[in-house]
Amino acid sequence: MTNMKKPSFNDTMLILVFAAAILAMPLWLDPFGGNYPDLLQKFAIYGIFAIGFNILFGLTGYLSFGHAAFLGVGSYAAVWSFKLLTMNAIPAVIFGVLFAGLLAAIIGFLSLRRTGIYFSILTLAFAQMSYNLAYSVLTPITNGETGLQLARSDPRILDKLFSDGPASAGLPSTELFGETMSGYPGFYFCAVLLIIGFYISLRIFRSPFGLMLKGIKSNQNRMKYTGLNTRPYMLTAFIISGMYAGLAGSLLAVTDPLAGAERMQWTASGEVVLMTILGGAGTLVGPMLGAGLIKYFENIFSSFDDSVLQQAFSFLPDSVLEIVVPVVGLFVGSGWHLTLGLLFMIIVIFLPGGLVEGFRRIFNYFTSGGGKAETQSVEAHNQAGE
Amino acid sequence: MDAIFIQILNGLDKGAAYALIALGLTLVFGTLGIVNFAHGALFMLGAFCAVTFQKIITISVKVRDEGVTAFVAYKEQPYLETWFGDTGRIIIDYSVPLSIILAIPLMLLVGYVMERGLIKHFYKRPHAEQILVTFGLAIVIQEIIKAYFGANPIPQAAPEILAGSANVGSWVGLGDNLVYPWWRLIYLCFSGIVIFAVFAFLQFTTYGMVVRAGMRDRETVGLLGINIERRFTVVFAIAAIVAGVAGVMYTPILPPDYHLGMEFLVLSFVVVVVGGMGSLGGAVLAGFLLGIVQSFASMNEVKDIFPGIDQIILYLVAVVILLVLPRGLMGRAGVMDD
Repeated sequence: MTNMKKPSFNDTMLILVFAAAILAMPLWLDPFGGNYPDLLQKFAIYGIFAIGFNILFGLTGYLSFGHAAFLGVGSYAAVWSFKLLTMNAIPAVIFGVLFAGLLAAIIGFLSLRRTGIYFSILTLAFAQMSYNLAYSVLTPITNGETGLQLARSDPRILDKLFSDGPASAGLPSTELFGETMSGYPGFYFCAVLLIIGFYISLRIFRSPFGLMLKGIKSNQNRMKYTGLNTRPYMLTAFIISGMYAGLAGSLLAVTDPLAGAERMQWTASGEVVLMTILGGAGTLVGPMLGAGLIKYFENIFSSFDDSVLQQAFSFLPDSVLEIVVPVVGLFVGSGWHLTLGLLFMIIVIFLPGGLVEGFRRIFNYFTSGGGKAETQSVEAHNQAGE
Repeated sequence: MDAIFIQILNGLDKGAAYALIALGLTLVFGTLGIVNFAHGALFMLGAFCAVTFQKIITISVKVRDEGVTAFVAYKEQPYLETWFGDTGRIIIDYSVPLSIILAIPLMLLVGYVMERGLIKHFYKRPHAEQILVTFGLAIVIQEIIKAYFGANPIPQAAPEILAGSANVGSWVGLGDNLVYPWWRLIYLCFSGIVIFAVFAFLQFTTYGMVVRAGMRDRETVGLLGINIERRFTVVFAIAAIVAGVAGVMYTPILPPDYHLGMEFLVLSFVVVVVGGMGSLGGAVLAGFLLGIVQSFASMNEVKDIFPGIDQIILYLVAVVILLVLPRGLMGRAGVMDD
């Protein structure tokens, strides 16, 4: 909880610490084997996705199962911007956010007429429709199963306008005013956008608008009784959340200019839900934490195979080794989803507030025992709302 | 006329699978108030009961192949065939329907353990958390199956006598070229029987009557001295069995793989919501309805007018019904109206 007397000081500190932690990720992730650009980019991109999802789910309690659609639209819009206009990343990001926001406005306008599970099913239905259409009828736009790719023959109007030299051999790569958007520059581009996104989300959490959304979460009916029309607030939150997803999608295309329909499948929507819950829905840093953890596990665990395990457990006697390696092997490599599922169940069962609540409990355990009960009751109250 | 008739039949068998899964899903929701995202995984487990059963009864031994005389040849012969001769061969041929014998106790056990071990603790939690924990469970079940059976679909054969197609057209006097696979016809009848059995259990037995009373008002039933929780556990196990046998019988139609459950889950949730949460009749009606609608949408004549309609029709129907009828086709007031 923020110290209410001087919130601005605390928030400034928070954003500074956050920015420092994100920008220094290549340094402090090095000992964990997480320091390579691909993974760092994913941390930042999925962090944005989860932060955006949290603005909807964490603040209003509306569980959307269709956010992958916005991610996909963002990617497609960005790749089309690369194909038609320029390889510069800025227009791609802008188009990604715009189109995702547009789609979110349409889907949100219809879905927000219902609440609870009906809302979840409606968003799921819309996302699945987008996914199925992207695979079938919209093939001219989405290139179907192959996925949308760059080609040498693309028009790229703006690029042609400013450079008259012959195009270099091979495909052009995405850039930001001359800086290639792969590797570490790509990560820092995503990281800066993540910090901006985090700052906006922080401002939303602290604003009267954010309080209104929290009010809708704890009791929508009571909000309505006070004479407030909750629909515009919900719709705004939904669109903002969709725009974050579009931003994440366009960044996926910036770091790797390829867009496939599988990004829109409902399992991708499920993934962002997992990230948000794992970290702690409704908290500021939780979703980012969850996104980082899941992407880290995905990369690290799925790269383990039996030979790595043989080495890791080589201190054991052979007879034990023969039992241990296949059993552990179930949980890593291609079976890392099993670990994910188990981890996820454990979190939901024992720690519904996610990792952030876990840290808070540990923190309270080591500090005063008196404040513990109070914070937890507040926490429980926050979690109880649907 | 022929085309319409065959499309209705086509829709019915897919609809039967939707209806069976949705029936269990809505039964669990109506009684326990749990939104069970792991229900599709139960359907998939049922399908893999058939795979396991077939594997067990075809454990083989190498024997001399008498048919080949030119050189010494060996062939795999299942033990059952060695021991019982032709009877064994028939048992192997009928492995899919026979695996129901394995599936029923196994799914009963799975359902019971799942309810007592996990679901029980989530009665009072918000629906979002129920969805999330069962979603996690579905991933776990799915990955375990993948680890043991691999990622590829495992085809299961229907009994040989049912392998062909029935000449449905001549039965109703619509022309001879109207054929329909026997096994799908069997599946249709089978699902009819299962649905009837579930309804009869709830409608005509004292046990079912108490369960229905519990669905209406569980506290009052509890105050009357009835252990309603235990009955609801049984209901959960029944839902698991229904999903399981539906999965067993579906294997000859669609070779099962580990994410079969997830594919059916999304659609059966749409079915449940269209039918109205907690309404059994609604789930069955919506299941068959959506199945038929889907099969009509995949006709070429329709696809020519609305390209891609077959891909989205189910979701489109769901969206329209939800926006026009907030409680689905047959939902009761007061259920999920928060």
